[in-house]
Amino acid sequence: MKKVLSGNEAIARGAYEAGVRVAAAYPGTPSTEILETIAKEYKEIYAEWSPNEKVALEVASGASLVGARAMASMKHVGVNVAADPFMTLSYVGVNGGLVLVTCDDPELYSSQNEQDNRNYAKFAKVPMLEPSDSQEAKDFMKLCFEISEKFDTPVMLRSVTRISHAKGIVRLDEPIIPPIQIEIKKDTPKYTMLPSYARVRHRFVEERFLRLKEFAEKFPENRMEINDSSVGIITSGISYQYCKEVFPDFSYLKLGMVWPLPKNLIAQFFEKVKKVYIVEELDPFLEDNIRAMGFKPKGGKDLFPICGELSPLLVEKGILGKKFKPRKPIFDQSLPPRPPNLCPGCPHRGVFVALRKFKVFTAGDIGCYTLGAYPPLNVVNSNVCMGSSISSAHGMAKALGEAGKGKIVAVIGDSTFLHAGVHPLMNVSYNKSNITVIIMDNRTTGMTGSQEHPGTGYTIRGEKTHQVDFIELGRALGIENPRKINPWNLEETENVIKEELEKDSPSLIISEGPCMLLRRSFKRVNKPLRVDQTKCIGCKSCINIGCPAISYQPVEGEMAVTADGKKRKGIASIEPTLCPGCHLCYQVCKFGAIQTEEERPIFGFEML
Amino acid sequence: MKDSVTNILLAGVGGQGVILASDIMSEVFMEAGFDVKKSEVHGMAMRGGIVTSHFRFGKKVYSPLIKEGEVDILFAFEQLEGLRWINHLKPNGKIVMNDHKINPPVVNLGEMEYPKNIPEIIKSKFHDFYLIKGTEIAAKLGDQRAANVVLLGAISKLFDVKEDIWLKIILNYLPPKVHELNKEAFILGRAEIK
Repeated sequence: MKKVLSGNEAIARGAYEAGVRVAAAYPGTPSTEILETIAKEYKEIYAEWSPNEKVALEVASGASLVGARAMASMKHVGVNVAADPFMTLSYVGVNGGLVLVTCDDPELYSSQNEQDNRNYAKFAKVPMLEPSDSQEAKDFMKLCFEISEKFDTPVMLRSVTRISHAKGIVRLDEPIIPPIQIEIKKDTPKYTMLPSYARVRHRFVEERFLRLKEFAEKFPENRMEINDSSVGIITSGISYQYCKEVFPDFSYLKLGMVWPLPKNLIAQFFEKVKKVYIVEELDPFLEDNIRAMGFKPKGGKDLFPICGELSPLLVEKGILGKKFKPRKPIFDQSLPPRPPNLCPGCPHRGVFVALRKFKVFTAGDIGCYTLGAYPPLNVVNSNVCMGSSISSAHGMAKALGEAGKGKIVAVIGDSTFLHAGVHPLMNVSYNKSNITVIIMDNRTTGMTGSQEHPGTGYTIRGEKTHQVDFIELGRALGIENPRKINPWNLEETENVIKEELEKDSPSLIISEGPCMLLRRSFKRVNKPLRVDQTKCIGCKSCINIGCPAISYQPVEGEMAVTADGKKRKGIASIEPTLCPGCHLCYQVCKFGAIQTEEERPIFGFEML
Repeated sequence: MKDSVTNILLAGVGGQGVILASDIMSEVFMEAGFDVKKSEVHGMAMRGGIVTSHFRFGKKVYSPLIKEGEVDILFAFEQLEGLRWINHLKPNGKIVMNDHKINPPVVNLGEMEYPKNIPEIIKSKFHDFYLIKGTEIAAKLGDQRAANVVLLGAISKLFDVKEDIWLKIILNYLPPKVHELNKEAFILGRAEIK
């Protein structure tokens, strides 16, 4: 049977066909749909959203130790979080096959950096496979488990956005029953990384690496395609497809396994082909290692960009060099950009509109609310990685001393807080700073498309479960009086933030407002608001809350004056199909021009 | 063999159903016997941002990304997004465009103007230009969200694939209670291109 599958759906299918028993992940673009697909399609597999990637990988490693095939999937920066267990799991090895799927994001479509995770395979001395389309994503996933068990090693599978979120036709197979029995099996010297045992395992890792190098030489997915012998390309993954697209007649050495590299096979390719290029996205990973073996390619990163993703055009441009003739653009006027935006009715907006008044430094975190850095909100002032808002705000407060009092705020989402914000908040109370932490609790992992987490009360498969109470957790960590706010009520939000900023002790505010895309939370949305255009004076107060439903149009002539004779240059209007009626704009309008269609104004929504 | 691949670039704004439309097209052309590939970006860009999806079908498709300047058909769900990608078209490329405007934030803020006369600009450069009242037709049927199905109906006329393959796959993606409405949306859209 054939099916059109995305790379992520194909990875999930590969896990199923390989007989995976346990799969764990934390959502992160572009990896999220792997676990979503497993949870939805393959009920035989135990699937969970773990609170973070380190937990996910440790869960998978535990399953492996009792003999189950297990996997953890994450975005490229998630591997940084999981790096601590990962580096040592290389020593421990596996019992049942263990695969870590990393989904890199060249071009930073939805990430804070574009690190190349092929470097992790080298760093941890484990094999890495890199598929070039959905079919290979499925097939390679199965190969990963075989290699893992054969060589007693975790294996990495590397995808990128253009594999994970591209679709292609995949042949489906039946699942297998894995060869290893699932049972408690004690092997303390192998599983317990005390220095004396770990020294032994390090030697094992180095010996294993030599065996893997030999394996790479004969691995069928490292394959030569000899066509035109005057010119050839060494490549892997998505870059292979771009190259084949523009230069179908060249010779190829396509590496399905990008670590360790097959030195003899590479030597053969250099013998058979006169001019060899190395084409790869991001770092010169293949190139540096191939050059270090003593080979001299005709070109690599001198011809192709190190930043951003490749494309058929960039490959063509790099290889043709001066012979490349760019096309003249048909149309070259600059057009209005369309950056991502907080949705109409988004609960984050009220907190940002309130925070703007206090002129504080707002340390941001990873999630939709980072968009508060853009105009017209201009509130978020920093953002590094999951959980960093609270710890960096604490550091600022410590450095500033008195001068920082009431000036430093950290904003962090509910899912991000439970991922990596608990320890930083513990530190705030333990080491006594007076920052204000706002948990923007929208009851979901928003930016990745609404996934459950320990604060939502539901598992990945929608079963009810324990729900973390942020107020109780805050108290347990040493915050005296955590407060709740309704972020759609601007006056309340401003008052609570003001009081908490003035406190001489650490404070915690929970902004309780579900994501507007989380339909299960809302009993109903409100009627759209409208602008009374006889009253609007065009002051842009509503425009400056950055709601996509509100727009401003310049006016001239008899339109340039309000009903009561005030001059104006423009008027606001609200698009009714976009407005869910949160009434935030209603609260910022000082001229009574924004009118509610409800019996009385509702600040927020009726919840279920 | 390379010439036998058809490249379609879908473009629109997050929430318009661009990705769903390209999912449907992939299945339709697989069912019709072609190799297919498509590619797009999810995540951050979905929040009211630009959405594009590259869709390709033919005997054998390598890259999921279309080479700039090689687009055969630009399938735009919104006017500005249509104009934004016209440099990616082949000189004799076709355009199927929804006659609909969605203001980007800079326009809402009054800092930039929404470009005027987009259909005229495009018409002056491309002969095969189809402006479809997708959103308007869908709104008349009672659900603006069916605009993408109207547009699929329109573009379906440009290919030699049976109408029932299209309908079967489209309805497969939708809950039964909206089947009638979307069937009608598809048929009305298909009648837009003669």
